[in-house]
Amino acid sequence: MTNKTKQEPTAQPSSNAMIEIIDLHKWYGELHVLQGINLTVKRQERIVICGPSGSGKSTLIRCINRLEEHQRGRIIVDGVELTNNVKNIEKIRAEVGMVFQHFNLFPHLTILDNLTLGPIWVRKIPRKKAEETAMYYLEKVHIADQAKKYPGQLSGGQQQRVAIARSLCMNPKIMLFDEPTSALDPEMIKEVLDVMVELAREGMTMIVVTHEMGFAKSVAHRVLFMDYGRIVEENTPEEFFSNPRHERTKLFLSQILR
Amino acid sequence: MEEYTPEAAYSPMKPPITHTGVIGWIKKNLFNGYLNSLLTLGILFVFYKIIPPFIRWAFLDSVWCPDCAGACRKAAGACWSVVTSNIRFIIFGFYPYSQQWRPLIAMLLLFGLIYYSSKRENWRKSLIYIWAIGLFVMGTLMKGGIFGLVPVESTKWGGLPLTLLLSVFGLTAAYPLGVILALGRRSKMPGIRWLSIIYIELIRGVPLISLLFMASIIFPLFLPEGVTINKILRAQVAIILFTAAYIAEVVRGGLQGISKGQYEAAESLGLNYVLTMRLVILPQALKIVIPPTVSILISAFKDTSLVVIIALWDLMKTTQSVLSHPKWMGFSPEAYIFLAILYFLGCFSMSNYSRKLERELSQGEQR
Repeated sequence: MTNKTKQEPTAQPSSNAMIEIIDLHKWYGELHVLQGINLTVKRQERIVICGPSGSGKSTLIRCINRLEEHQRGRIIVDGVELTNNVKNIEKIRAEVGMVFQHFNLFPHLTILDNLTLGPIWVRKIPRKKAEETAMYYLEKVHIADQAKKYPGQLSGGQQQRVAIARSLCMNPKIMLFDEPTSALDPEMIKEVLDVMVELAREGMTMIVVTHEMGFAKSVAHRVLFMDYGRIVEENTPEEFFSNPRHERTKLFLSQILR
Repeated sequence: MEEYTPEAAYSPMKPPITHTGVIGWIKKNLFNGYLNSLLTLGILFVFYKIIPPFIRWAFLDSVWCPDCAGACRKAAGACWSVVTSNIRFIIFGFYPYSQQWRPLIAMLLLFGLIYYSSKRENWRKSLIYIWAIGLFVMGTLMKGGIFGLVPVESTKWGGLPLTLLLSVFGLTAAYPLGVILALGRRSKMPGIRWLSIIYIELIRGVPLISLLFMASIIFPLFLPEGVTINKILRAQVAIILFTAAYIAEVVRGGLQGISKGQYEAAESLGLNYVLTMRLVILPQALKIVIPPTVSILISAFKDTSLVVIIALWDLMKTTQSVLSHPKWMGFSPEAYIFLAILYFLGCFSMSNYSRKLERELSQGEQR
């Protein structure tokens, strides 16, 4: 009962909101990197965030699983508000999968062990069951034959697909992608995007920071354009690309869509 | 123009032949030019001057039989008799003569356990129990008093068992303490961080000898009357505290070598601090620092000989006391060579093991 009353003030997002961000501010020292972000992400919604470097787009999604701490405003993920409460943070992190630009696989563990680490130690799933799940997701990202290898023996594209599978093994409700293809050789980008498209088709809630506009057009429900720590423009992909409203957006699009 | 096909694109060529046999190698590396030829000849001459006489001294003209100090005085070669006559005192010190099989078995048990633990396939939970039982058996053997074993006071322990006791336990206790200090020094909590920094810097700023003196002379002054703490234990603690500070700094270096992305990946999976460190960060960091850590462990092993100055009868002290006997005076080269061989065996097997471990841990992993 006490638990419920504690949660009560935080558990008030609009009925089917997965993530609610209200007037979010963040500073790095004096630098005001997020200047009042408001964003609601619905269940199964897919959002692509783009913008020039330094616009705060990575910082924004890193705030959602508390890799960065915000100083003002509120973030509510699946009904749990992010505060300094360590238990809440760990709970949210287990629900939110994250894929990094540089993969960040654990180089001392085999691919299989990379995938089972979270399920076994955080979710307390028996090893055998965790390995079955891991193999299922490795199949899914078309890389099951590499399960016994170490990350260093795989190509960048393969590593990134392993990283996606690693997040999926935690059975997350939301997946965050922080420029997942930026560190890849051009010929490997497609294999990673294909996996992400497949994931989207299955109804995963996704926030993707990327400049892959093809991906945005085919998968996103909404495209956000950020600059100087603010969301400058947000729209459906069709409108966003064919009919951008702000000058800044037009300039940005003209530069990346050359 | 040839047509491009994948097969044609990859048509491997054999590497050029660079190897020309032993004579070619000698010619190329030792006698390429006047100066090098001269240096080679000079070095060969020095070898000629040193090695045959040493062999003659150490083996051909040497005296090996136990208790022939008289023959030694007449012989031209080495008097290994000083070692063979006194080996039991050198190795076991004042441990009662009739009971010396006990430390011998304890040591063999220790070597066996260390060997068993060095195999990676034996790294299971049961290893902890095996060690617990082994330690208990070793302790019982050394101390006695139960199972019909004659009790032997720890003041009578000495020689090699004492050296091994101080170093094996010193090092195994110092290592985790050092890791904790390294983590403490990188902690976000200022209290813990400052305590770790103060500890590390204070201990590193003091020679081991002074710590040993403090442990043996100053520390007892603070104890209430009638309370005494075993001298060996006090020396042991001093060695642990000292070594831990050095290990802490080495481990800290390893921790700094781990990228931020590793922490973030672990955290984003929901791992807490302890699990992140235990499963992700430390396994990588500790592997990086194996070579410098082993250097510290080797030097700590040798530093245990400093307990001589607080009158513990370790290997060094038993050897010295043999040499102070009028009968064996003047045979120190032989005795110290023997001692050096024992220390070398210890150090060399440590560094050998560390290389093996490094190789094993990096199997398949290549960055």
